[in-house]
Amino acid sequence: MYPSRFAYDAPSSLEEAIAILDAGGGEAKILAGGQSLIPMLKLRFAAPERLVDINSLPGLDYHRVDPDGTLRIGALCRHEDLEFSDKLDAFPTLAQAAALVADPIVRTRGTFVGSVCHADPQGDWAATMIALDGSIVAQGPNGRREIPMSDFVLGPFVNALAYNEIAVEAVIPAAKGTARGGYLKLERRVGDFATASVAVALDMDGDTVRRAGCALAGVGGRTIDANDAISVLVGKTLTDENIAAAAQAVAAAAEPRTDHRGSADYKRHIVETFVSRILTNISRSEQKAA
Amino acid sequence: MAPLDELKIGGMGASRRRVEDNRFIRGKGRYVDDIVLPGMLHMEVLRSPVAHARIKSIDTSAAWEIPGVRLVLTGETMAARNLAWMPTLSYDTQAVLATDKVRFQGQEVAAVVADDPYIAKDACSKIVVEYEQLPPIVNPVQAQAPDAPLIRDDKENQPTNKIFDWEIGDKAATDRAFAEADVISKTELHYPRSHPSPLEPCGSIADYDRATGKLTVYMTTQAPHIIRAAVAMVAELPEHMIRIVSPDLGGGFGNKVPIYPGYVVSILASILTERPVKWIEDKSGNLISTGFGRDVYLQGEIAMRKDGKILGMRMHTISDHGAFYADAQPTKFKIGLMHSAFACYDIPAAHLTSEGWYTNKAPGGVAYRCSFRVTEAMFFQERMIHNAANDLGMDQAEFRRVNLVKDDMFPYRTAFGFLTDSGQYKKCLDIGLEAIGYQNFKAEQEEARKRGKLLGIGISTMTEPLGAGNSREYDIIGIKMFDSAELRVHMTGKAILRTGAKTQGQGHETTWAQIVAHELGIPADDIVVEEGDTDTAPFGMGTYASRSTPVAGAAVAMVSRKIRAKARKIAAHLLEVSEEDIEWELGRFYVRGNPERGVTIQDCALAAYSNVPDGMEPGLENNAYYDPPNLTWPFAAYICKVEVDPATGVWDVLKFVAVDDCGVRINPMVVEGQIMGGLTEAYAMANMQYITFDEEGNCIGANYMDYLLPTAWETPGFELHEVVTPCPHHPIGAKGIGECATVGGPAAFVNAVINAIEHTGVRNVDMPLMPNRVYEALKTGSDISGMPPVRVD
Ligand SMILES: Cc1cc2nc3c(=O)[nH]c(=O)nc-3n(C[C@H](O)[C@H](O)[C@H](O)COP(=O)(O)OP(=O)(O)OC[C@H]3O[C@@H](n4cnc5c(N)ncnc54)[C@H](O)[C@@H]3O)c2cc1C
Repeated sequence: MYPSRFAYDAPSSLEEAIAILDAGGGEAKILAGGQSLIPMLKLRFAAPERLVDINSLPGLDYHRVDPDGTLRIGALCRHEDLEFSDKLDAFPTLAQAAALVADPIVRTRGTFVGSVCHADPQGDWAATMIALDGSIVAQGPNGRREIPMSDFVLGPFVNALAYNEIAVEAVIPAAKGTARGGYLKLERRVGDFATASVAVALDMDGDTVRRAGCALAGVGGRTIDANDAISVLVGKTLTDENIAAAAQAVAAAAEPRTDHRGSADYKRHIVETFVSRILTNISRSEQKAA
Repeated sequence: MAPLDELKIGGMGASRRRVEDNRFIRGKGRYVDDIVLPGMLHMEVLRSPVAHARIKSIDTSAAWEIPGVRLVLTGETMAARNLAWMPTLSYDTQAVLATDKVRFQGQEVAAVVADDPYIAKDACSKIVVEYEQLPPIVNPVQAQAPDAPLIRDDKENQPTNKIFDWEIGDKAATDRAFAEADVISKTELHYPRSHPSPLEPCGSIADYDRATGKLTVYMTTQAPHIIRAAVAMVAELPEHMIRIVSPDLGGGFGNKVPIYPGYVVSILASILTERPVKWIEDKSGNLISTGFGRDVYLQGEIAMRKDGKILGMRMHTISDHGAFYADAQPTKFKIGLMHSAFACYDIPAAHLTSEGWYTNKAPGGVAYRCSFRVTEAMFFQERMIHNAANDLGMDQAEFRRVNLVKDDMFPYRTAFGFLTDSGQYKKCLDIGLEAIGYQNFKAEQEEARKRGKLLGIGISTMTEPLGAGNSREYDIIGIKMFDSAELRVHMTGKAILRTGAKTQGQGHETTWAQIVAHELGIPADDIVVEEGDTDTAPFGMGTYASRSTPVAGAAVAMVSRKIRAKARKIAAHLLEVSEEDIEWELGRFYVRGNPERGVTIQDCALAAYSNVPDGMEPGLENNAYYDPPNLTWPFAAYICKVEVDPATGVWDVLKFVAVDDCGVRINPMVVEGQIMGGLTEAYAMANMQYITFDEEGNCIGANYMDYLLPTAWETPGFELHEVVTPCPHHPIGAKGIGECATVGGPAAFVNAVINAIEHTGVRNVDMPLMPNRVYEALKTGSDISGMPPVRVD
């Protein structure tokens, strides 16, 4: 497993990193946790001329909740930081996903932002970001801009960043009302990518759903945005009938293909089962709380 | 003098910590890739991207132009030295670098030797090969189609893709048994292709010294002496000028028995460049091209009386060997020891027919952690037994009790002619049933159904032939399958032991020393064990098929006894009595009737170099070659309880009980480690592991994202139990244990999952039982076969 020749930089400031990217004219690539990029280099699926290692950039390893409840995740926040975080009480979807991304070894190095940038159709974090209506803050030579998730992932492994931009932060808005949600993933083994996974995020007003978000990984050529599908729940309570209707609507939005992980029908069935399980769990815990 | 405490000196039965772990856990193991020789070059292999194609041209000019490239080799280079093809361990031939055609995806086409591996890899990508694609054959059904393209058009007298027909047993008697039967039970299934996948891939460093004429090869091999013999034959070098060194190995599991093209090419590259040449294959290269395991289809039938007694059994197997018949197995047997199936059951008549086919897939058919095809044999057996009990309407445990060989029937001759010699089968089964709570299971199952969960229980009982083998029947390319040990006791009573086996994780450095400690009373810590260097180790057949303890381990005991016999003479001399008046206790000789007067084994060692009796040669060393009278036959009862989630097909192991009888346990901790590791591999095969191919012959499973190895995270816990029935013919009563769990384990998992869903009418789901397949079976109530239909003659 020997990659092609590449140059390597480890800048110590964001400005320097952006300048190197800018000078690279599209031939330089950012190296964050390396958990996707390094395998691609070794398999020679990618052969960039230059790697810009951002691991020594100061002040990017945070995740914090602003006074208004907004969650901000810095570019060097690792999967593991989120797995063991005590700041995610209001973000149950993220808290549940954190322990299901990859395996413990990968989680010590891989970054949340890097995973979203990688835009793998089977990636877990991009799905949670879509369900939670998050956005990415990008910084380039001309300053900062915020890109909503709905515009960020352009296709499989393609994001909306310009070659000289760095994603510095992921932003996830606070729920309006009570945050409820869940993440379920079918994998063949720990560390496997999703055969199918489901992210659900609800903003609840008492027992009524005010906003519903949902996205799917592993069941399409890109992360599936199922926000529209699950919006059948908006203004409703989590009755068995409403849950079943939402689960069916979301399953219909999936675009699975038959492969060695299972048939398209099977994957669609898993999506439906998982949506229904997440929603049923939420409704049960609501009842318990009441 | 108080007698020595055997456990304290690390003798038999001591759970002594593994001495090799001292270096492994510190990262100080020395593997082939850790070895750096002065002036060493690096080799990379270019592999075929397609499964079946004629090579029209190979253009290497651009590769030669890259600075740092020293040599580019193609089939033509090899052919000029008569090395384009090499013999396999099954009397076939295998391409070293392809000349005429490529016959599987991943086949070796060219190689580049350069100053570093990066350059070599860069240069490989500059080699232009023009292929004319041919239709690929990816299973035996396609292979036998009348218009199937001929894969081995290189061979004379090979008009079809069939490799062999083979049969054993008594057809007439078996037919009679079926004619008399009340019930006949049929089972068809496929044991999918898997891969031993040792963590360390294969590799070599060839170092040819033109001045001395000596070729040294550091190599990842489980059988260095067989390799030396083969290299002597293939490369036509004199055997004394070849030294094969197998350093620390990162696992083998049968994958490191065969000879691979990379080894041969690195040797020629070193001869041509007169520099050491290192070749280390990457993980994908290992998975896509080297010896796989299994890939056998079964059609099996059992004939029974109403009361449950089995009258006869017949099996037909159809095996897929890939493009070259390169199985590593004893020469006499075309489909390994498949006929060891049903050896634990008392069955009067049996008949096995086997056919083998070429396909456009990687060659191999290695004994992946088993004696030659025994894993398939025992899986087929236990799936057939499971179905038979159901077809009869008899309880699984009761059906086995009726048919297992009883304790008083040993020695027992099986219908296929094996002689099993000892065991307490029913006792093992009963211990397992008790531990799993078999009594209450039916009630538990009922209760779980009310919760929407499906419980299942699966039993697998088996004895398997380990320790090939006696020289009457077992040889590989003509070399008899004995093994050897050489013991040299130094003046101060410390010792070095060498054997013809080759540890690759089994812990020989620990356990061999314990055998010597048991025989001589020398503390195990005073004995160093060395293996793997053909210039120093005695000739042996290496380590695979659980043969180390049954064969080399026996040689260790025998050589220790020879040493003791000489030491006794020295003791008599030192104590000034006649040899007949000398008694032995662990570590010490004393004068009969006067136990206070004695000398230790260490005293004798010193005297061997300083004070020997007149007429005796000085020194205290010897060797032993051991030709075992029979195989050893360990027994195992594995019982598994699972819970299936009907909504997803996901299944969890609630409890797994393993009862193993491997005779006397030298180091119980090492034995338990072997069982745990084997059950983990069994779980992998049952649950997630397989190599498959698409219609174009592309290998799905040539990386660890597709070829799944279970980790500590999902592997269930195992509860281990022990029964000891010493092997009557082994010098220390031991039987093989390295592979029982891999061999017997898969059926326990599968039978359990099938049991959980068979109320829907499902009889079989082929491995791996991935959730989607279990769900599909449940939903449709029909069998799931991963294989295309196979023609029945
Ligand atoms: C064995 C294994 C199992 C895995 N299993 C899963 C799984 O189950 N689910 C899952 O979701 N993922 C999985 N992954 C992928 C893992 O989550 C990666 O960590 C993640 O996809 C990428 O994050 P990274 O920080 O490692 O990014 P890198 O590998 O460093 O980079 C990935 C890509 O994103 C770009 N990039 C990274 N950071 C930035 C940035 N700040 N701004 C702009 N571009 C950037 C890089 O240039 C590169 O193109 C697995 C990985 C491995 C090795």
